[in-house]
Amino acid sequence: MRMRRPLRLLFLLLGGAALLLLPQFLPVYFTHLLILTLVYGLAAMSLDLLLGYTGLTSFGHAAYFGTAAYTMGVAIVRLHVRPLPAMGVGVLGAAVLAALFGLLAIRATAVYFLIITLALGMGMWGLAYRWVSVTGGDNGLPGILPVDLGFGWPLRDAVALYYFILTACAVAAFLLYRLTVSPFGLALRGIRESEGRMRMLGFNTWLHKYVAFVVAGGTAGLAGTLYAAYNGFVSPTDLHITGSAEQVLVVILGGSGTLFGSMIGAGLVVFLRNLISAYTQRWLLILGIVFIATVMYAPEGVLGKALALAGRRFSGRLVPAAPARREDVLGELGVDAREEGA
Amino acid sequence: MEFWLGQMLNGLSFGALLFLLASGLSLIFGLMRIVNIAHGSYYLLGAYIALSVVRSTRSFTLAILTALAVLASIGVLMQRFFLARFYRQEQAQVLLTMGFSFAFADLALWLWGGDPQRLAAPARLARSVALGPVVFPAYRFTVILVGAVVALVLWLVMERTRLGAIVRAAVDDQEMARGLGVNVGPLLTGMFAFGAALAGFGGVMGAPFLGVYPGADSDVLPLAFAVVIIGGLGSLRGAVVGSMLVGILDHFGKALFPELSYFTLFVPMAIILAIRPTGLFGRG
Repeated sequence: MRMRRPLRLLFLLLGGAALLLLPQFLPVYFTHLLILTLVYGLAAMSLDLLLGYTGLTSFGHAAYFGTAAYTMGVAIVRLHVRPLPAMGVGVLGAAVLAALFGLLAIRATAVYFLIITLALGMGMWGLAYRWVSVTGGDNGLPGILPVDLGFGWPLRDAVALYYFILTACAVAAFLLYRLTVSPFGLALRGIRESEGRMRMLGFNTWLHKYVAFVVAGGTAGLAGTLYAAYNGFVSPTDLHITGSAEQVLVVILGGSGTLFGSMIGAGLVVFLRNLISAYTQRWLLILGIVFIATVMYAPEGVLGKALALAGRRFSGRLVPAAPARREDVLGELGVDAREEGA
Repeated sequence: MEFWLGQMLNGLSFGALLFLLASGLSLIFGLMRIVNIAHGSYYLLGAYIALSVVRSTRSFTLAILTALAVLASIGVLMQRFFLARFYRQEQAQVLLTMGFSFAFADLALWLWGGDPQRLAAPARLARSVALGPVVFPAYRFTVILVGAVVALVLWLVMERTRLGAIVRAAVDDQEMARGLGVNVGPLLTGMFAFGAALAGFGGVMGAPFLGVYPGADSDVLPLAFAVVIIGGLGSLRGAVVGSMLVGILDHFGKALFPELSYFTLFVPMAIILAIRPTGLFGRG
């Protein structure tokens, strides 16, 4: 579901302004939720580069998020590195991991890619869970110091930390956006639509996918280090398969292939989780139902669905109508229903 | 020597259990291209159902039958009303099965609580057998035996019967099978249900020696995936070889490098993938 350009710009400006100003008006509790939205949203945006733009369904994306958080944590807690350089080490760790896993996963075709990323991701979870002397195992790794930007005071205050994370996310999101509209990004979309044709046109499709994979891993890593800086604690659940699946859900809820939509998807999941957790313990059950309902009724994402419904009501003047056929919708999702095998 | 033999037998029994999961996973994938994330949940539900049935009736056989029936029904419902609508839309199907796996995990937690529980092995098998220098639980021998029998029966059915021929035809070319008058729809539903039941059976068999606890589903699932990645998706022979390999590697990993145990499994997997991206017996 793609919106018209001016409308998109308007949404972005409004969203940006809201993100800048909200912590000034809302209770600090909401600032915490906004921080989580930004962090998970950035991770999902990096996944969208693979899932929405390149057509690679990675089901192990939490591995890069968590590995970066752990690398940063281990550097700070066990090696006494200062927090800011440790963040750099964490991002680098995630990028290196993606560079390694990419070598194994990128060769594989559609479904194999999905399973391999899933299995490799769970391998990293296993490492975090069992390598107790380094990671602290099931108990997690506490004691990650807050970031110190060199002003002499570390970012302990939620609002100050929020603006730091917002800046980092905005820069990363802008760079990701530039990447998706660059010739490289267009080539990725070409690969999503038809890899064979792109290869025939002389593109090194493997290299394109590989670079996208490493960039996505590194960006998820940045999100992971921001999370660790905020949370001060990492545990194996941060790179569990549930996290990977949640990231995919966030991308799809926000509309895959829309990049900024992932922020909306993340906001929905974070706020819904906190709202529901206040009333019931059954968040996971509800999350499962949200998954199923999304696939059944809103595969184009919540925003896309809402706009399409609104468009139908106002005779389609505001926004283009929803794609009529399921194939078109899935085309947007990066799934080619008609493609055989590969 | 005793250590190696003991670990080998432990690994084999775990491999036999993994085979019950991986063969269904592989079959479902081969026929329907569904990557079933909920397959671990079938294992978990099978184990919990067995726990409840054994506690109320004291019959292990009844537990097996109940688990088979319940999971086959769940399989029919999931395939018929949800997955069949998304034929060949892999991403949509994965998300669906992922949603189901979350829902099942939470339902199990709700119904059976969060404490780890253990199912007692049937009284007749709750003893040890001496095998030369190694003393080995009889129950684990039984599991190896059961795995071998299931593998043999599956192989015989697939290779020697009319039903097997139809399934193989549908795996190779579904349109052509349809064209030749095979009613593929019910066949797919049936095979999905069969795979689910087999995983549930795995849960019952695994409960006495692995325990039943929340999270058992996501513990076994990556191992089952490792089996099919190593063996090759859709291949029965691959599932046999893969599950033995993974079972043994996992146990030696745990015994030799306890801190890296889970990870040691994924190193050989990575090497095999690097050499043969479609697995040992996969056809790509």
